[in-house]
Amino acid sequence: MFEGVSVTIVVNGKAMDVPDGLSIDELLTRLGVKREFTAVAVNRDVTPKSGYASTRLADGDKIEIVRPMGGG
Amino acid sequence: MHDTNLVLGGKEFSSRLIVGTGKYSSNEIMREAHEESGAQIVTVAVRRVSLPGRGDSILDHIDTTRYTLLPNTAGCYTADEAVRTAYLAREAGLGEMVKLEVIGDARTLFPDVHGLLEATRTLARDGFVVMPYTNDDPVIAKRLEEAGAACVMPLGAPIGSGLGIRNPYNIKIILESVSVPVIVDAGVGTASDAAIAMELGCDGVLMNTAIAGAGDPAAMARAMRLAVEAGRLAYRAGRISKKLYATASSPLEGVPDWTS
Repeated sequence: MFEGVSVTIVVNGKAMDVPDGLSIDELLTRLGVKREFTAVAVNRDVTPKSGYASTRLADGDKIEIVRPMGGG
Repeated sequence: MHDTNLVLGGKEFSSRLIVGTGKYSSNEIMREAHEESGAQIVTVAVRRVSLPGRGDSILDHIDTTRYTLLPNTAGCYTADEAVRTAYLAREAGLGEMVKLEVIGDARTLFPDVHGLLEATRTLARDGFVVMPYTNDDPVIAKRLEEAGAACVMPLGAPIGSGLGIRNPYNIKIILESVSVPVIVDAGVGTASDAAIAMELGCDGVLMNTAIAGAGDPAAMARAMRLAVEAGRLAYRAGRISKKLYATASSPLEGVPDWTS
């Protein structure tokens, strides 16, 4: 692994190219997503907020970023 | 007449009306409706953020110091999806309560009770306050209680249908079958439907469309608040029994004689 390599991940159903080894923290910043009342799952498993900095994303990872919306 | 509070997961609520946050034409109208409803619990859905992230959040329009959030698992068709959605909600900081929905059919939105039981068991074990949306089957209600549900929430009629309490007798049997609170969830169309649920002895009513879809949501929210309070009071007051023939309310003695 070296600097400049990009991988393809799927975020909320959309494929995107990001640098290899990007953390969740960095991904959220890149996407302009607020941390408050937001949750993230990587490959179906929920990532605790405490793991945002240390979780590195790899090629093919599927990420769901959610927040509360109007509902009944 | 002093009433007890509705207790869910150790938390006490003096309001027995739970309202939604969906389908409002504006956040301002939603806020007014919430105010008029007197509700202390509001439901929210958990959905993907739009990307790139935008500033506005539904929680900018809900005072979370006043309202307890009740995230739902709407849109989930398996126990696994519902459980994962509940975990997401908890991690997002929406609390331990979950309005558990495991849907079995897209047209009726009737619950898949097998999946519902499985998800209830899993989430109750993991410390959630599980509030399952179920059908009006007393046997399933009992099984949900045994699985660790904090309450049972039978539908009055299909979600968003406004058909009212279609099987009050089953709701009555559910009330006799379980010891956890019974909250009618879904089907309410107008104030009398909410009053009927409460007159049956239900512990609360949950609704979204009936208020959000009304011509004047704030006015309907107030009507629902009054209906829930009136129905509850009538239930506790103890209604008269029904009789086929009349019983005079005025004395039969002392009627003037007008015969000539």
